[in-house]
Amino acid sequence: MSELIDTYWIYFLVGQYPHGPLGGLALTVLLATLGLVLALPLGMALGVARFSPQAWLRRPVTAWIWVIRGTPLLMVVFWAYFFLPVVTGHKTNQFNTMLIALVVFDAAYLAEIVHAGLRALPRGQLGAALSLGMSRAQALRLVLLPQATRHMLPSLMNQFVSTIKETSLGTIIGLSELSYIANQINAQVLVKPVEVYVTLAGSYFVMCYGLTLMGRAAERRLARA
Amino acid sequence: MPDLSFAPLLQGDYLAWLLAGLRLSLLLTGLTLLTALPLSIAIALLRLSPLRPLRVVGEAYVEAVRCVPLLVHMLFWYFGVPELLPDGIKETVYAGQIEVVSAWAALTLYTAAYMSEDIRSGVRAVPGVQLSAAMALGFSYLAAMRLVVLPQALRITLPPLLSQTLNLWKNTSIATVIGTAELMYQAQRVESATFRGFETFALVTAAYLSVSLLLTALAHWAQARLSPSGARR
Repeated sequence: MSELIDTYWIYFLVGQYPHGPLGGLALTVLLATLGLVLALPLGMALGVARFSPQAWLRRPVTAWIWVIRGTPLLMVVFWAYFFLPVVTGHKTNQFNTMLIALVVFDAAYLAEIVHAGLRALPRGQLGAALSLGMSRAQALRLVLLPQATRHMLPSLMNQFVSTIKETSLGTIIGLSELSYIANQINAQVLVKPVEVYVTLAGSYFVMCYGLTLMGRAAERRLARA
Repeated sequence: MPDLSFAPLLQGDYLAWLLAGLRLSLLLTGLTLLTALPLSIAIALLRLSPLRPLRVVGEAYVEAVRCVPLLVHMLFWYFGVPELLPDGIKETVYAGQIEVVSAWAALTLYTAAYMSEDIRSGVRAVPGVQLSAAMALGFSYLAAMRLVVLPQALRITLPPLLSQTLNLWKNTSIATVIGTAELMYQAQRVESATFRGFETFALVTAAYLSVSLLLTALAHWAQARLSPSGARR
């Protein structure tokens, strides 16, 4: 076990970097962070659109969210992998493919969180803002969303944990994130699969459990404030 | 965009592959439900136990399983666990359909961790006096749970359990990583045999979506039908 860690720890943490592309744990964290940060504005926009009184805006957005939420992430990854090159005309690398799949997928889930946050507010909030002469956009921006997002923080932490776990699917399109690296190490060592995969599981556990604990602390602070 | 034609996919071998994949995906979902439900009830009871060590075991299980991606669970069960078995059993395992069994094991443990949380909140939603009243009538703790609390809790829990079933259905696709010949695996196989990626993925996406929408509709129906407020009036 210690020999395994001695030999492979750098590979496990950063992949072939600096002699090759970044990989391993660092790539997993980078991908999950970028994925969530980019999915946030899109999810916010979709969530607000789903709350809209205009049927031409609300219906297609609702349908889109249903379609994404009823489809496995892996399916979204394959669509991105095979059809981004067709649409853009040039080959997309694995990192961008996975990133786009994650953003599209997570945005649909974030939209539901935003929508639920908006719906949980008392109806009088919107009415009061409108009767004060605000436009609907102003009411959303200045009155509704600030209150809704306050309660979203714990859900966002959960979403970040999910996103970290979702990045593991990058393995399937050959992206050298953490799980892919573990598979490579397993293929090289051959005789220690249990040790390799327990270490892999442990690494995800430390990240995700740490974030879960932070999420709970945030929830407690919100409850107190 | 190349010309689209679904015709080659809807005949002979390719259609048979896709249907076999759909069957295995549905079978995996069904088998996992059968094993994950009892396991999740047991874990929920551990977490609600009056004895602290049992609660700790239950909580450790849920946190440990949920904080690791399903893909890693599958890799572990496929590559790791068979190596831990004694030689005689190992050969039997490798001779059988190890990729299906590994996927089943990983899906069961993963799904049970999520379902147990739903069942636990269902049990907590049942007023505490129900348990005390049953025990005052002479039921043991376990009998009171089984005959009085759990039947009420599972009723409340049905909608979230259905949405966990939806997640389970989508999660079966990850089994393709260890070579389980479910729907996603067959989609890749048909794609590489026909080069009709768009059509293949469109068909398979539609298959996933139809089952998902069915489960979502069921969950909505259960929510409307079985919610405590609906039952009271």
